[in-house]
Amino acid sequence: MANGAELTLSPLRLVARSSLRSFDHVGRFSILLADMFRGLAEWRIWIPRTLEQATAVGYGSLFIVLLVAGFAGAVTSLQTGYQFTGALPLYYAGAVISESMILELGPVLTALILAGRIGARYAAELGTMRVTEQIDALESLGRSPVSHLLIPRVVAGLLVVPALTMFANATGIVVGYLTAKGSLGLTYADFEYGARYFFRPLDLWYSLIKSYCFAAAVTTIPCYLGFNTQQGAEGVGRSTTTAVVAASVAILMLDALTTKLLLGAK
Amino acid sequence: MIELLDVHKRFLHNVVLDGVSLDVKDGETVALLGPSGVGKSVTLKMINGLLRPDSGDVIVDGLHVPRLKRKELAELRSKIGYVFQYGALFDSMTVAENIRLGITDETCYNDESYCSNRVLECLRLVNLAADVSDKYPAELSGGMKKRVGIARAIAGKPTYLLYDEPTSGLDPVNADVIDGLIERLRDELGVTSVVVSHDVRGSFRVADRVALLWQAKIRAVGKAEEILASKDPAVQQFLERDLEMALVQGGGGARGTDV
Repeated sequence: MANGAELTLSPLRLVARSSLRSFDHVGRFSILLADMFRGLAEWRIWIPRTLEQATAVGYGSLFIVLLVAGFAGAVTSLQTGYQFTGALPLYYAGAVISESMILELGPVLTALILAGRIGARYAAELGTMRVTEQIDALESLGRSPVSHLLIPRVVAGLLVVPALTMFANATGIVVGYLTAKGSLGLTYADFEYGARYFFRPLDLWYSLIKSYCFAAAVTTIPCYLGFNTQQGAEGVGRSTTTAVVAASVAILMLDALTTKLLLGAK
Repeated sequence: MIELLDVHKRFLHNVVLDGVSLDVKDGETVALLGPSGVGKSVTLKMINGLLRPDSGDVIVDGLHVPRLKRKELAELRSKIGYVFQYGALFDSMTVAENIRLGITDETCYNDESYCSNRVLECLRLVNLAADVSDKYPAELSGGMKKRVGIARAIAGKPTYLLYDEPTSGLDPVNADVIDGLIERLRDELGVTSVVVSHDVRGSFRVADRVALLWQAKIRAVGKAEEILASKDPAVQQFLERDLEMALVQGGGGARGTDV
């Protein structure tokens, strides 16, 4: 009987425990965000470090972002040719390639790549600093780890991710056009006509807004997880993996949310 | 003055401190001895507010540490130098930049010439050559890292110094050098210090008084000779264990018999 009762209770206990853990994470994450807003006043500390971080993550990520965007543009172009040739006028390819890149592929692929690159880097760096007591050392010197470590990383991400997204959009469109020109014989005039025909200024704003939302996810989640790392090297590994997975899932969720909020009413 | 009043701390089901009370008078050096995992570092972290007690009070410089607001705590910490067990040096910074970070007065911190002079002065105090200042922590030996950690802790001219296992992981020769350094800083700077250690001989050498933390409680407090003369079985067991460890390591009886 007792065992049966335990078995009945254990799933409930499990749910309760994971709910409590989730609330705990949400609470601590909110406190960290509030600390970051408060820490913005210490601009003398975080601005120089932000520039260092932005340079490191921006330059470091540029090649891989452009490479992936280029392939995404090429594949979109080839698939458009495969699906539409003969059924629709050729200039539609210009619209499909440019709109796909601006609305979806540019921001999402860039953010997913950066979730791996920046997210893993931030979580591993901060996690290592936590387990080697470097963060405690900063605090013990009366200095704020939030202003010294977190704000520069988050602000650098907010500067770099949208910029990289715009580069990715442009690269994807150019490579997509060149691929369509080679495989479908699409002329520049047709491509431009199609691209302009379906383009709305909101599309670019939408792409930019999305990239800012993704930048927030790519930076704050890994920073939070790295900052709260426990249990040595194993903990650093766990934080890093969790950071990449959590940031990627957050990107996809934000993708759906921003699409509904910004384009859903159209 | 540092006072711990009936401090309790637990992590989940693990009771780490169970009613610990201890006071360290101005200018005094107290060594907190005990086996590994007994809560010595936790005690030290409570003194500078890195951890809060579940109950009880910690008073430093007349301030109730657990009740301090963020800014007040930062101000108090600027008076406390903390030497971490493994140095906790910032990997991406040179030795000079690490030590400079220890200068807690903002005006001094922003003064380039003051900082470079102070860095060199701190390096001299910990017996390190000036050319070490351009090196990165990865290029230093364990003993040098500890000394740079001490240099960073004293860079802000603290009133209090907290040492977390300053000699752990070092060979007996380097451990002796660090102990000598702690003694010298005590005499030259006149700071109030707490040294957490499980090294009996080193603690007896550097401390005015010794406290033994045993099973979450302070089991004995007193001068070296009082601790050595204690009939408490826990104290005797700890001292004997240290002696055995030292003999196994070839340290010559708790790193010597001069206590």
